[in-house]
Amino acid sequence: MGTMIDILSEPAILVALIALIGLIAQKKGIADTVKGTTKTFVGFLVIAAGAGILSGSLTPFGAMFEEAFNVSGVVPNNEAVVALALTEYGTTTALIMFFGMIVNILIARFTRYKYIFLTGHHTLYLACMLAVIMAVAGFNTVGLIAAGSVALGIVMTLSPAILQPFMRQLTGNDNVALGHFSAVGYAASGLVGKLFKGSKETSTENIKFPNGLGFLRDSTVSIALTMIVMYLIVAFFAGPAFIEAELSGGTNFLVFSFIQAGTFAAGVFVILSGVRLVLAEIVPAFKGISTKLVPNAKPALDVPIIFTYAPNAVLIGFFASFLGGIASMVIMIFLGGVIILPGVVPHFFTGAAAGVFGNATGGFKGSVAGAFVNGIIISFLPVFLMPVLGDLGFANTTFSDADFGVSGIFFGSLANYAGPIAITISLVVIILLMIIPGKKKNNNQPEESKAG
Amino acid sequence: MMKFLTVCGSGLGTSFMVEMNINQILQELGVDGIEVAHSDLSSATPGDADVFFLAKDIADGGSHLGEVVVLESIIDMDELREKVEKVVREKGYL
Repeated sequence: MGTMIDILSEPAILVALIALIGLIAQKKGIADTVKGTTKTFVGFLVIAAGAGILSGSLTPFGAMFEEAFNVSGVVPNNEAVVALALTEYGTTTALIMFFGMIVNILIARFTRYKYIFLTGHHTLYLACMLAVIMAVAGFNTVGLIAAGSVALGIVMTLSPAILQPFMRQLTGNDNVALGHFSAVGYAASGLVGKLFKGSKETSTENIKFPNGLGFLRDSTVSIALTMIVMYLIVAFFAGPAFIEAELSGGTNFLVFSFIQAGTFAAGVFVILSGVRLVLAEIVPAFKGISTKLVPNAKPALDVPIIFTYAPNAVLIGFFASFLGGIASMVIMIFLGGVIILPGVVPHFFTGAAAGVFGNATGGFKGSVAGAFVNGIIISFLPVFLMPVLGDLGFANTTFSDADFGVSGIFFGSLANYAGPIAITISLVVIILLMIIPGKKKNNNQPEESKAG
Repeated sequence: MMKFLTVCGSGLGTSFMVEMNINQILQELGVDGIEVAHSDLSSATPGDADVFFLAKDIADGGSHLGEVVVLESIIDMDELREKVEKVVREKGYL
């Protein structure tokens, strides 16, 4: 029995077992089953290795930032924070992910919300955040897995749901949904765009726009470049005396910072490889099983599916969102407290999508204004999210996309208010609201109360 | 054995989805002996596969890869089916 518990509390073994179940359920051959199970097992250990590389680079960054500005600086990056959290919360994350996908299928099967959330890495990241929040809230192990799974299933359904009106407008049909946990920012951008309804004809796509920035889509390049800029600026303010005495062991402070910035990108690169291995078997199994069990399911797919609808809005949105991030940073400097630094990756992907939705509802002006608002939203949400993450809230990185912030703050505040009971009651109420067959007029109510 | 590689910015979601769709199409066509994998733009090198599949918006970043199939829309199964079938015929797998 003790050995059994030891085996199951090793997350790498646990995710491998989940993959094994998926492979057997799909009746794969022995060769594919062995291959897939092994890759998943190794993948999880690769993520852990990436976490080690990354924290080696984040710790000096945090120290330099505090020396320079006397406050802590945070670079939101999902991969980084998840890799750090998985070392402690790996087992519960794996179980919440597994049961959360089942809850998603059940909700899609039995309610009017037919969304199946197929963006596996976001499912993994949210499972991880919920594992942390439910643990901090004070659930026992079984309770936290149950609450985390139900919460995950709910967000996997509601995130695409609140965005679907805008997706219909953009794609012209109702067949696909967007599965990316920043829907609150995108919906906000769509709404802001509506303010510029009058200029809808001035689409971003009528402008000639330089196309040379496509390389930013390459995440290793964009992470490395931004981290180099951030490290060098912070190093400059922290000063050579401090860095060379305390951190670099005598190496020139700029050279040290340059290498640490590259190391951060290297850590994320390794983590991404691990995530890819872990998901390689689980997502196809989830897709296969959900198509069988849920007739007329709407697949919710990863964010680049909308980029081809308005390639100019993708770049305009990135810039506008990044400006929103810089504006927010300046405000935070004046307010004091934690400072959220604008990371290129979250602003690229969520800003781009916000730009596309803003353009769909409000043309060029809508695209710029909507993405700018998205940039402010994803900058300020982490400020309120970090306090509910327990020890993880003191890391120099955190979750970057809007829905992580909104759902995390929602459940975290409930926990602060009345602990596990408040969370349990709210989950039951949300599920009941989703089950009630919707009259046309009421369609949006449960979704909106969640988004607020 | 021939290899297809689907590529996107971070190598997590989009490329994975296209990979699953290509596998489904190959199965429908009854084609065996083609391995499909996915990757991010940084890691993909010309030797990784025989044919690369990229969405239009990152096609510039992948032009060095060799034989590249550019997808106008990554959710259009008909376009994907047509392009996969064409490649498979050219390579003599059908």
